[in-house]
Amino acid sequence: MSNEASVHEQSYLGAPHGLASWLLTKDHKRIAILYLISITIFFAVGGTFAAMIRAELVTPQGDLLSSDLYNKVFTLHGVIMIFFFLIPSIPATLGNFLLPIMIGAKDLAFPRINLLSWYIYVIGATVTLAAVFNGGVDTGWTFYTPYSSMSSNTSVTTAALGVFITGFSSILTGFNFIVTLHRMRAPGMTWFRLPLFVWAQYATSLVMILGTPVVAITVLLVAAERALHLGIFDPKIGGDPVLFQHLFWFYSHPAVYIMILPAMGVVSELVAAMSRKQIFGYSFVAFSSLAIAIIGFLVWGHHLFVSSQSIYAGLVFSIITMMVAVPSAVKTFNWTATMYKGAISWESPTFWIFGFMGLFLVGGLTGLFLGAMGLDIHLTDTYFVVAHFHYIMVGGGVMGFLGGLHFWWPKMTGKMYNETAGKIAAMLVFFGFNATFFPQFIVGYMGMPRRYHAYPPEFQFFNVLSSAGAVLLGIGYTMIVIYLIYSLIKGPKAPANPWGATGLEWKIPSPPITHNFSEMPVVTEEAYDYQHAPAPQRGVK
Amino acid sequence: MCVSVFLALLVFTAITVWVAGLDLGPLNTPVALGIAVTKGTLVVLFFMGVRWNTPLTKTVAISGFVWLLILFGITMGDYLTRGWLGVPGR
Repeated sequence: MSNEASVHEQSYLGAPHGLASWLLTKDHKRIAILYLISITIFFAVGGTFAAMIRAELVTPQGDLLSSDLYNKVFTLHGVIMIFFFLIPSIPATLGNFLLPIMIGAKDLAFPRINLLSWYIYVIGATVTLAAVFNGGVDTGWTFYTPYSSMSSNTSVTTAALGVFITGFSSILTGFNFIVTLHRMRAPGMTWFRLPLFVWAQYATSLVMILGTPVVAITVLLVAAERALHLGIFDPKIGGDPVLFQHLFWFYSHPAVYIMILPAMGVVSELVAAMSRKQIFGYSFVAFSSLAIAIIGFLVWGHHLFVSSQSIYAGLVFSIITMMVAVPSAVKTFNWTATMYKGAISWESPTFWIFGFMGLFLVGGLTGLFLGAMGLDIHLTDTYFVVAHFHYIMVGGGVMGFLGGLHFWWPKMTGKMYNETAGKIAAMLVFFGFNATFFPQFIVGYMGMPRRYHAYPPEFQFFNVLSSAGAVLLGIGYTMIVIYLIYSLIKGPKAPANPWGATGLEWKIPSPPITHNFSEMPVVTEEAYDYQHAPAPQRGVK
Repeated sequence: MCVSVFLALLVFTAITVWVAGLDLGPLNTPVALGIAVTKGTLVVLFFMGVRWNTPLTKTVAISGFVWLLILFGITMGDYLTRGWLGVPGR
């Protein structure tokens, strides 16, 4: 017994040893690391497909990839990046690692289910990769019917099955977070003392458990229609293709909030820590997360403006779409107000959140263009849409994820990375991203449609610019992998609280012990009490 | 209690089979759905124990159905209003 107790007092990274101890772990922190490794691999795979797309589009002719292969490449880029990287990125890695610690718990409510969620993710991913090796899939990540259900002769069923399986991993994570938050908060950790990252995870979990079953059933119906010729989506046999779009976007629009809400939670933490100031309007930021989660479920029809959706339904969806911008703006204004007169320290996490705010702002505002019914007719299925959702999902989601990773990396690994490298990478990614995607707004507005491997020569300038930006972006991402891995080997040891931040996670050693806390913490102060926060242990520049 | 609910479910199943053989015209679907909803409610309240559970559990159970209503309701908002504008030439 005393032996077991001493194991729990050691760093979670060191005890116990061996591959089996990782693959059978019930520790939320180790499971977070397993997820981090998995999603990084899938980011690399999805990124490789993106590189193929950008290489093809350097010239107007479809000379590198055939049209069929190009269809498969952009489909797999979307499927992998969305279902196997973006959706699990922050919740399954930073959320898994931090949520129990932030509320003063030893673990999540259901540690075995947490491990199960990772295995389900791996199985789903393996099935999807089987589709890649079995000739790929060419429907686009949206699997639109009736093409996907009746016409495509690629591995649609296998890919859909992979997405279906992975959905359960997402549901289990959301369910685990919600129960943990309701049942396992430390004494004194009231709802309004929770870090805003936790509020964001809570809102995200609601979306995960309420929305994911719908897309799981939808892709299953596509598989059923392909296999059994049930008339669900194919008009030839009595189905309705627009029904697929309703069901698909009922999940897939809120899924954007699964990607962006946790990133917003990260930004709330980082803005307060890097400005050394209490967050402005705590309750507004907290409730805006819930508002985004709820209103986000009512706007899906803006993806259907040019389908045969009723114009009256479109009108309602358009109005509600404008409404969802309000809580997002609340957050952005509150972050800005938090920084106002704050002691902003120029550490690398600060670079990432500034990047997030700039890119998310552009992504959010261009979303309003697309939510306006008239303008959307002109912009639908052009590169304007591609640029918009990359600004949200990569500019927002990935920048937030990387900001969080840089902020909590010392806590997770016990090692400091090279600060200068972190800042250079953030700037490379920011400028590379803008060079890649801003020209796509212009070329999209000029009328270049998405999902073609060839295009009119007058669009080449913008496409070359875009591909050159993608090279910068690729260098930036590669740099991050290199200096973070290097920090594990040669990095200096991280102190418990390098940034001088508030929050329970900064009161325990870096890396944490297996049971997180030696004694049950008792919370007596409000969140973000930066007037009484400790000084940074590595100095504010 | 469980036995009574089980017997009630058996009775409703027999009614389902019986009604399936009747032609109730426009009432066919509402009647079938009504029986199904009653059976589902019995299962949720008694077999799943929601009737005796905490307000939080009840909220979770109800919110699942509210979300289903959102999905069905707004989707039908599209289907039911498609014809309002009319189609030129038809």
